[in-house]
Amino acid sequence: MSEDTAAAVAKEKAPAVKESGLSALLGSAAGRNTGLVVALVLLCLGGVVTAGDRFADVDNLLTILRLAAVIGVVSVGMTFVITGGGIDLSVGAIVALSSVWATTLATQGLANDIHWIVIVLTALLVGGACGLVNGVLIAYGKVVAFIATLASLAAARGLAEIISNRKTQIVNVPGFTAFFDASVLGVPVLVVIFAVVAAGGWVLLNRTTFGRRTFAVGGNPEAARLAGIDVRRHTVMLYSLLGLCCGLAAVMLIARTTTGSATHGGLYELDAIAAVVIGGTLLTGGRGTIAGTVFGVLIFTTLSNVFTLNNLSISAQAVAKGAIIVVAVLLQQRLARRSGA
Amino acid sequence: MTAPALLSVRGVVKRFPGVTALGGVDFDVRAGEVHCLLGQNGAGKSTLIKVLSGAHRPDEGEIRWRGEVVSFSGPTAAMRSGVAAIYQELDLVAGLSVADNVFLGHELSTAGFTHRSEARRRTRALLDRLGHPDISPDRDVGRLSVAHQQIVSMARALSLDGQLLIMDEPSAVLDPDEVRVLFGIIRELTAQGVAVVYISHRLAEIREIGDRVTVLKDGRTVATGLDAREVRTPELIGMMTGRVLENVFPQRKPVDPAAPEVLCVRGLTDGDRFAEVDLTVHAGEVVGLAGLVGSGRSEILETIYGARKSAGGTVEVDGRRLRRGSVGAAVRAGMGLCPEERKSQGLLLDQAVYRNITVSSLSAFASFGFLDDRAERDRARGLTEALDVRPAGVERVVRGLSGGNQQKVVLARWLLRECRVLLLDEPTRGVDVGARSEIYELVRELADSGVAVVIVSSEVEEVLGLADRVLVVREGRVVHEGPADEIDESRVLDLVMEGHAA
Repeated sequence: MSEDTAAAVAKEKAPAVKESGLSALLGSAAGRNTGLVVALVLLCLGGVVTAGDRFADVDNLLTILRLAAVIGVVSVGMTFVITGGGIDLSVGAIVALSSVWATTLATQGLANDIHWIVIVLTALLVGGACGLVNGVLIAYGKVVAFIATLASLAAARGLAEIISNRKTQIVNVPGFTAFFDASVLGVPVLVVIFAVVAAGGWVLLNRTTFGRRTFAVGGNPEAARLAGIDVRRHTVMLYSLLGLCCGLAAVMLIARTTTGSATHGGLYELDAIAAVVIGGTLLTGGRGTIAGTVFGVLIFTTLSNVFTLNNLSISAQAVAKGAIIVVAVLLQQRLARRSGA
Repeated sequence: MTAPALLSVRGVVKRFPGVTALGGVDFDVRAGEVHCLLGQNGAGKSTLIKVLSGAHRPDEGEIRWRGEVVSFSGPTAAMRSGVAAIYQELDLVAGLSVADNVFLGHELSTAGFTHRSEARRRTRALLDRLGHPDISPDRDVGRLSVAHQQIVSMARALSLDGQLLIMDEPSAVLDPDEVRVLFGIIRELTAQGVAVVYISHRLAEIREIGDRVTVLKDGRTVATGLDAREVRTPELIGMMTGRVLENVFPQRKPVDPAAPEVLCVRGLTDGDRFAEVDLTVHAGEVVGLAGLVGSGRSEILETIYGARKSAGGTVEVDGRRLRRGSVGAAVRAGMGLCPEERKSQGLLLDQAVYRNITVSSLSAFASFGFLDDRAERDRARGLTEALDVRPAGVERVVRGLSGGNQQKVVLARWLLRECRVLLLDEPTRGVDVGARSEIYELVRELADSGVAVVIVSSEVEEVLGLADRVLVVREGRVVHEGPADEIDESRVLDLVMEGHAA
């Protein structure tokens, strides 16, 4: 290579290095998530072909997003915990407990007396506290995450049943309902919340010391500890963050159904973990992607929607979900091997 | 030639996507000889082992085994023909018994039912042959010492009538006395006609145990069939590195007696592995801890660093006492540790070089918790260039780097923090000769700039060559302390082994 061409190459490269911010972000996100984008597009095509205008309808798409919003918020939190090398099976139960606690007659009374925000704060507090307990058990009690959160799953749902006396609690706080039923420029508030949480999660994971430490703790906890990171404290923060997300999801669920119930959030743990994993986050920790998780959630919700529009049973949906998880993980392994070589 | 070649390798080439790992390797191994393979990390030794043991197939070239051209379909096929490899990271299954491990993959069985007593009996015979009747075939392998695990690996290699053993750096995890035992076993085996291909970075060992030497560089044979006792050291190093090294250890500067005490350890005890350790390191001083594996030297280092909780005693940096059992406090006070197990304790293997370097200094790159990614990369780039980390590129995943370059990445982490006290545990394990001298120089430069350094090493030569002052540790106690140039290797070994009566 002559010096001239070398210089030319260098010149060409220079702006590429400088290219940053949005375009680089979009480029890399789309590049890494090609498979997920293709899957989502195929699903949408399937929806258009089989259900036609009933699928490709603004109201229907908003319905999909509204459904995706609740589990999406949980999945964003779950992405942090899994990237940090953990797992949380209790998210559904925490959503249920938060939804029940935030809608008891006492809480609703306070909300009507003071402000509807009381419901929100209660749910966040309960969710965050549950996450804190999980985190402390795992980090300081040295209980394996799988077991600790399995115990929380049982306990939280049981407590939700006790508090609600197994009855569905209907929300009668006009301000609350009105706020969450509203739309911003045609986009439902629930969807806006999901978007904000996802964007915030992306920034937190990829642009902050907290996120970087999460990758380190998940990638090699011993090395992270010897590098001076307080791994136990960080673990507690990760589970607490997920607990907060569950509390927020409970608020959104209360708003969507206008009820609090011990049966809310059923199988959320599986849906969230599945979305995170097909999104490309490594179940063993150390690698995680919020964008992938969002695609994972959208894929599952769209799938349910298409199946429902075609009057296919919930059971058929479950089978399809299982198949998608297997295919996605197999594909990911192939891709990982190719990029690793 | 006195003996016919048992194994003959001619023009072997192995390519991986994007790299030619082996670009033409030739050598012969005779029955009953110890043939040493020398080469820097990345020279292709590991690939060659994998080709010989059937884990990889060569793209070109010819391997003759007992005169016949062979192409092993896999490690088990190679073992059945009598070629077995013992890898550096021992491939034993913890949780299974010794006998189960020895026959793993070729279990003695009829119609799927294993013959446990027969396996046990044969394992016992193999262990006897290896001079270790003290290892029970029923023990859980995970509970054995590393040295004993290596014996089990050898038993496994011999279980199918192995005629050629390939040993990848077997001494790296052993103490001097364990190495002596290993050499005894190797001599027994070669006397029985077994050939050994022996890989090590330690030239002294090669002179002691080796018959002939083959040197690899950049995937090619540079020289083969050299007499292991005759060939001169500078010549070997020259062939491996392509340059001439005069003195491996850098010149010491006299330590300023008025230099302040940076690290001051008093009466440190962990209630288990060591007790009453006093240690003072001045600015600009390198202090070496010599001792056997298991003597407590690594535990002492980890306790000073707060990674283990102490039961008594104090650790002070610049006169300020550190909170017990807190790595965070130690790091904030200016301490850094390069841990013994670089891969499992030191590195985030699947993450980029720059992230491994900045992981202990994140707050320096953050404002309100938001990281300045570009500043991180720039600083990391500067450090990797200064340390000559190869291949260059701070975005590279650390896993793909050689041992020496990985160690430089860990060192860069603490350079970035400009730490006051650097604790090095086996800093050159698995690091090739060229990178070793670079690391030695770096440690010396750091000390000259006023850092207090503590180094632990199994290689007495390294401790004596690098340190200003030496502490000898035996069974958790400091049994000797003095200037490094007033003690020699055999005296240190005497002190280390006393009461061990080999």
